[in-house]
Parts: sequence; C-alpha cells; structure tokens
Amino acid sequence: MIPGASSGTGETDKPTSTPQVLRWQIGSVAELVQETPRVASLVLDVPDWPGHDAGQHVDVRLTADDGYQAERSYSIASAPEDRRLAITVERLEDGEVSPYLVGEVRAGDKVELRGPIGGYFVWKASDERPLLLVAGGSGIVPLMAMIRHRAATGSKTPTRLLYSSRSLEDVIYKAELDRLASAGDGLTVAHTLTRKQPEGWTGYSRRIDTAMLAEVAWPKGQMPIVYVCGPTPLVEGVASLLVDMGYGPASIKTERFGPTGG
Amino acid sequence: MTVQQSDLKLDGNAIGGLLREIFTMEMTAAIGTCAHCGTLHAVGEVEVYMNAPGVVVRCPSCGEVQMKVVRGHGKYWLDLSGVRCLEFSAG
Repeated sequence: MIPGASSGTGETDKPTSTPQVLRWQIGSVAELVQETPRVASLVLDVPDWPGHDAGQHVDVRLTADDGYQAERSYSIASAPEDRRLAITVERLEDGEVSPYLVGEVRAGDKVELRGPIGGYFVWKASDERPLLLVAGGSGIVPLMAMIRHRAATGSKTPTRLLYSSRSLEDVIYKAELDRLASAGDGLTVAHTLTRKQPEGWTGYSRRIDTAMLAEVAWPKGQMPIVYVCGPTPLVEGVASLLVDMGYGPASIKTERFGPTGG
Repeated sequence: MTVQQSDLKLDGNAIGGLLREIFTMEMTAAIGTCAHCGTLHAVGEVEVYMNAPGVVVRCPSCGEVQMKVVRGHGKYWLDLSGVRCLEFSAG
C-alpha cells in the first residue's frame, strides 16, 4: 500500500484499463537531465502508467517526516510514445517542492505522483490544423510534449513555435528544438530573448508583441489552433493580441502558471 | 517585491487533479455555465486563485465567483453556487 493512497473497495473484479479514481503512484527516477542552470528533467519509471496525451500534467506530492504534505502540478514533457514519463521542473528558490526535485533528487529515488490530468490543454497528432505554439519560460514543457508527439508520429502538421526566454542560457531543450526544426518536416522555431542576447544574435530581442506575432503566426484564414503556455501576464497578453488580430477565442487554448507552482 | 493578486491568477488546468478527486473524471474539458453572466467556458479556461485557504474559481468573462473548494480534515467543502450547469463527458 502506498502511504497516503486511498483505499479502494471492490475494485479487484473491475477492468483496470480505464481507472476512474486517480490514485497516487510511486515513480522511480531513472535519469536526471540538467536542462538549464535552474531547470531539470526527471525521467521516471512508473509501473502501470496508463499513458497520457501531450499537454497533460501530473501532480507530485512530497511528504515530510512529520507528515506535512505539499502538492504541485508539473507538465509532462515526454511524448505519449516515449517509453518513460518525463517531467521538467524549474527550481523556484522559495518553493516547497521544486528545490527538492531540482537539486536534491538523485537517480533511483522514489517520487509520489498521480496522473495523467487534464483534457483541455491537450493536442493530438490526428488534429491536422496548422499549429501555433507560444511559450514563455518553462511554459515550453507541455508544448514540447506536443512537438515530441508530432515527431514521434511522423506528423507533417505545419507547426510554428514562438518561444520567449530571458537569455540563451535559459532556453530549455535548445539542442533538441534546433535538431527537430532542421528536419524540414514543417516545424519552425522562433526564439525571443527578452533580457540578454549573445553577440551576433539574429532572433528577436523583445517581449512578444503584435509585430512579432504578425510575422510568426499563421494567417487566421488558415484556421490554426493555438496553444499558449507561460506566466499569467504573457499568456493573457498573447491571447488578447491574437484576438485583436482576428483569431477566434475558441481556437486559442491557454495554460497559466504562477508563483504558487513552486 | 510586492506580489499583486493578478500575479497569483492561475487557470482551471491547475485544479484538474483536485476536481478528479471529487468528480472522479476528467473535468478540465467540462463546460460550465456562469450563474452570473451566463457565459460558457471550459473549466480549463476559468480563473483560479489557490492562495486563499481554499481554491477560488472566477468567471473569465465577468469575474464573479463560480466555485469555491476547500479540502481539509478529511473533508471537502464544495460551493458551486456560481455555476448554473456543468456539462462533461460520461467517461
């Protein structure tokens, strides 16, 4: 019995393929990937993982020796097709959970989690509408699951990613994005660095604005679907700029994260 | 640095796990009708504040409170008085 897991009744004779009650499970850390100085990916072995869709998240729960528990949500970074489940976590210095997950956790450690969770901010490769992804900081994580899902399924859906980071050092998945964007299968990646740019930087160097979206976004007549994920001000700013540009609100899906996410 | 209330705003995606505990099914794609202004929004779209003793859900159109959820001492307190109707898949 997992500590803290709810005790089900009479579930033994029911099919287990579509569990309705969300249960806490134990995953073990198979691999740690330091993505940036403040961000790490935890690659987890989770027995009986039911599978997930790109864009979903898991809840992670830590229990202190005195029984105190802290729960946080983290987006799944891995594609549904990947063998292992990966989450990517940004370390927030005053957070209760992230400083443990980025800095303390070691390969082989156990992590308590439940999921997958979410049915709104989800993209499936069977959706062939042109895809616009807009990320701020670690808001790239669920969008990366979509990009990885797209690559794993061989989808040719025209896809554009606009990714805002503070500096080049803060760009998560930089090498993998470069590689996927050079495959010539319809994915383009545009970066904007808002605080510090390296010498000779040819990308954008400012916060996302109308002119930038006008260059990167699909013409609204192509009926694109949009996913925006990042800090609340970025998400709301981008969504309202897109609506001003004539995008239908129903075609824009948003996910905010904030300081309570630590 | 002063934390503004607006900085603490999240959305319904953040309470997908909490709502699964209560409703046992995926709820972020559920469509709620605001009891105040009548606008329809997916639960994933609503404004969520988690810094109160419980969770406060507000309508993204009119800003009024739709839902309050408090969990503690082995109980839930669920106030849905700001949601006229919740429509969601049977599974």
